[in-house]
Amino acid sequence: MRTTTPRRSAPRHSVPRRLVAVAGCLSLGALLSGCGSALGDDRNTVDYWLWDANQQPAYQECADRFEEDNPDLEIRIEQRGYDDYWNGLALGFVAESAPDVFTNHLSKYPEYVTRDLLLPLDEYVERDDVPLDIYEEGLADLWVGEDGRRYGLPKDWDAVGVFYDRAMLAEAGVDESTLDELTWNPDDGGSYEELIARLTVDVNGVRGDEPGFDPDRVETYGLWLEMTDGFNHGQTQYSMYAYANGWEATDRNPWGREFHFDDPAFQETITWWRGLIEKGYMPSFAAQRGVQSSDQLAAGNAAMVTNGSWMTGTFFSYEGLDVGVAPNPIGPTGQRATMFNGLADSVYRDTDNPEAAWQWVRYLASPECQRIVGAHHVVFPAITEAWEIAREEFAADGIDVTPFTRHVEEGTTELFPITDHSSEIAALMQPALEAVMSGRAPVESLNEVNEEINRLFE
Amino acid sequence: MATAAPTAPAAAGDDAPAPVDNPRPRWRGGETRAALLFVAPAMVGFLAFFAWPTLRGLYLSFTDYDLLTSADFSGLDNYRRLLEDEVFWNSLWVTLKYVAINISVQTFAALLLAVLIHRLTRSVVLRGIILLPYLISNVVVALLWYWMADYNLGVINEMLGWVGFDPVAFFGDESWAIPTIAMVNVWRHLGYTALLIFAGLQMINRDVYEAAAVDGAGEVRVFFRITLPLLRPVMALVMVLTVIGSWQIFDTVAVTTQGGPVDATRVVQYYIYDQAFNRFDFGYASAISVVLFLILAGVALAQLKLLRADESDQS
Repeated sequence: MRTTTPRRSAPRHSVPRRLVAVAGCLSLGALLSGCGSALGDDRNTVDYWLWDANQQPAYQECADRFEEDNPDLEIRIEQRGYDDYWNGLALGFVAESAPDVFTNHLSKYPEYVTRDLLLPLDEYVERDDVPLDIYEEGLADLWVGEDGRRYGLPKDWDAVGVFYDRAMLAEAGVDESTLDELTWNPDDGGSYEELIARLTVDVNGVRGDEPGFDPDRVETYGLWLEMTDGFNHGQTQYSMYAYANGWEATDRNPWGREFHFDDPAFQETITWWRGLIEKGYMPSFAAQRGVQSSDQLAAGNAAMVTNGSWMTGTFFSYEGLDVGVAPNPIGPTGQRATMFNGLADSVYRDTDNPEAAWQWVRYLASPECQRIVGAHHVVFPAITEAWEIAREEFAADGIDVTPFTRHVEEGTTELFPITDHSSEIAALMQPALEAVMSGRAPVESLNEVNEEINRLFE
Repeated sequence: MATAAPTAPAAAGDDAPAPVDNPRPRWRGGETRAALLFVAPAMVGFLAFFAWPTLRGLYLSFTDYDLLTSADFSGLDNYRRLLEDEVFWNSLWVTLKYVAINISVQTFAALLLAVLIHRLTRSVVLRGIILLPYLISNVVVALLWYWMADYNLGVINEMLGWVGFDPVAFFGDESWAIPTIAMVNVWRHLGYTALLIFAGLQMINRDVYEAAAVDGAGEVRVFFRITLPLLRPVMALVMVLTVIGSWQIFDTVAVTTQGGPVDATRVVQYYIYDQAFNRFDFGYASAISVVLFLILAGVALAQLKLLRADESDQS
C-alpha cells in the first residue's frame, strides 16, 4: 500500500506541465501566424492584404496585369477575415512586418495616422501627376488626414438599400413599382411602416396590418434587425432613417470633434426603430442574434432586410430565393439618404520598398485596374466609368442596382463619420445601443454616452 | 533542495565508518549537473515565454502604452482607473457567474460519469468516445452550438417547439447567455475531466473496496465513505486545473457573443483582449491582467489549502 504514494505524485506534476506546453504552443502559434505573412524581406515583393474573399479574384487579375508591366516586381496577395485582418495588421505594425500595401477602412485609418503608421502619398501624387478628379465626388478627400496629408487612393464605394423577397411582396399584394415612392417619418413611420406591417405575418397567417394580429408569435417579420457586427454608426441599421430625418452625426465631417447622439432627430429615429420591435414587425434584440440577415431572408424569417451594396452578390446567390432591391424611403427632409463609405489602399510607413508599394497603389487606383474590378462586379469601384461597368455587369445578371447608384447620382449620400477615437466610440456605443434596443435602457440614456464620447476629444 | 534531506540521517549515524574519500558528493554534483541539463530546455521555455512576459506585463501595467508608440510610465493611474471602471467590475461578476455554473455542473457530472465508467465498464473504446468532444477545436464547438441554438433557425429551438415551448434566445438573451456558454464548455470538457477523475479512481486500492464489501456496505455508502475521501487529492488537482481554466474563458465568447448582449458576457479575458487589441490600450489591459493573475493565484492557493491536496488519506 505504501508504494502507491510516490507513484501517485507523478500525474500530479505531469498534467499541468502538459497543459503548460500546449498553452505555450498555442500562444506561440498565434504569434507566428500574426506576423508570419511578411517573413520574406524581398525588395522586389509587395505584400498586399484585403479582407473580402469575394474580391480576391478581381485583385489577383489586377496583380497579374501589373506584374506583366513590371517584371521586376511581384505582388503577394493575402486575404483574411474582417476581424482577424485588423488584429493581424496591429501585430504586424508592432513586429514591423505589416504588409507593404493594405486595404484601409475609414473607421480605422485616423488612429493609424495619429500613430504615424501610414506613408503620406502627397509627394508621389504630385511627382507622377496622378489625377484625383476621376473618382466619384468626395471619395478622394476622405483620405486626407487632419494634418492635410494624403494617406490613401480610393478604390471603391458602397451605399445601403433594402433587399426584399419578391415572392412575399407578391403574396401580400404589393406592387413593386410603389417601392420607389415609399416615405418615412419618425412619428407613424409613413408608407414605409405600412409596408413593413403588411409584410409581417403571425403564426396564424394574420398580417401585421390586419385585426387580430399577434405581435408575440410572428412567423415572418416585415423587416429584419441585425446588430451582430459591432458598432459601425448604424451604417446598415438606422443611419438611412436618421439622415433622412435631418440628423448630422458630427459637427463636421471629416474630422468632427463633437457627436450628436443627443440630438432629438437621432433619438426619435431610434425610438421609432425600437417601436417596430414592440409592434411585432421586427425581431426582438434577443431574437436577432444568430446567423446573418441574408440567411434570415432566405429562410423566410423576414420579408425585407436593410444591407449594404457589397452584400448584393450574397443576397442573390440563394437558390430558390427571388430577391429585389429597393431604395431607402424618403424622409421628412424630402429626400432619401444613405451612408456613403469608401475604401482605399494605404502604404505602411516602414515598407522596405516605398517606390514599389506606391507603384502598386497607383495601379490599384488606376482606370485599368478599377475597370477589371468593375467587370467582376462585387463592389462599385471609385472611378465613375468603372462603377458604371459594374452596374452593367449586374444588369446582365438581371440585378438592378440603381437603388444604390441613384444615391450617388442624386447626391443623397452622407459620408461615414471620420473621426479619431473610433474604437473607443464603438466600445462605448455598442453596449449602450444594445441596452436601448433590448428595452433595458431608455433612448435618453444615450445622452450620457454622448457626453462621454465628446469628452474623448477634449 | 528536497534531495538533500535523505542524506542527512545517513551522515548523522555515529557508528558509520567515516570513509577517507567519500565518492558521494562528487557523484551528486554530477547528478545536479545532469538534472540541470535535463531541465534546461523547459527552463528556457519557461523564462522566455512565461517569466519574461509576466514581468514585462507587470511593468506595462504601470505605463500608458498603445502598442505602437513607446510606453510612458504613468504610476498607478491604470489601477486607479480600474477601481472606478464599472465595466471591469461587471466583467469580474460575469466571469464569476460563468465559473460557478461551469465548475459546479461540470465537476458533478464528471464525477458521476467517472464513477459509472469505473464501476460498470472496462471498455477502452467507451473511454475514448467520452473524450471525443475535447478533441474538437474550441472554435468549432462554439460555432456548432451557436448555430444549433440559433433562435430562428436552430435545431434546439425547433425541438423545443415540438414539445410546445417557446423558442429561447440562448445567446441573445442577457440572462441566458452566460449559462449557455457555460454549458457549451461543460459539454466540451466533461469527458476530459471525467477521465482525470477516473485515473484517480483507479489509484484507490481495490482491497479497501473488498473490505467494504465484506462488511456489507452498499454502493452509496461506499461512494461517500470510501471513494470520495480517497479521491480528495485528485479532486483537488482537478478542481484547481478546471477552475483556473474556467476563469480564462475567452474563445467561446469571442466566437459567439463578443461580450454582448449589452455587457452580459463581457468576461474578464474578453475585456482584456478588447482593451488591448481593439482599443490599443495595452497599459490598462496589462493592469487588468495583473489583477486577474493575483485573483487566480489566490484562488489556486486557497483551493490547495482547503482541500489539503498535498496529503492523502490512503496509507
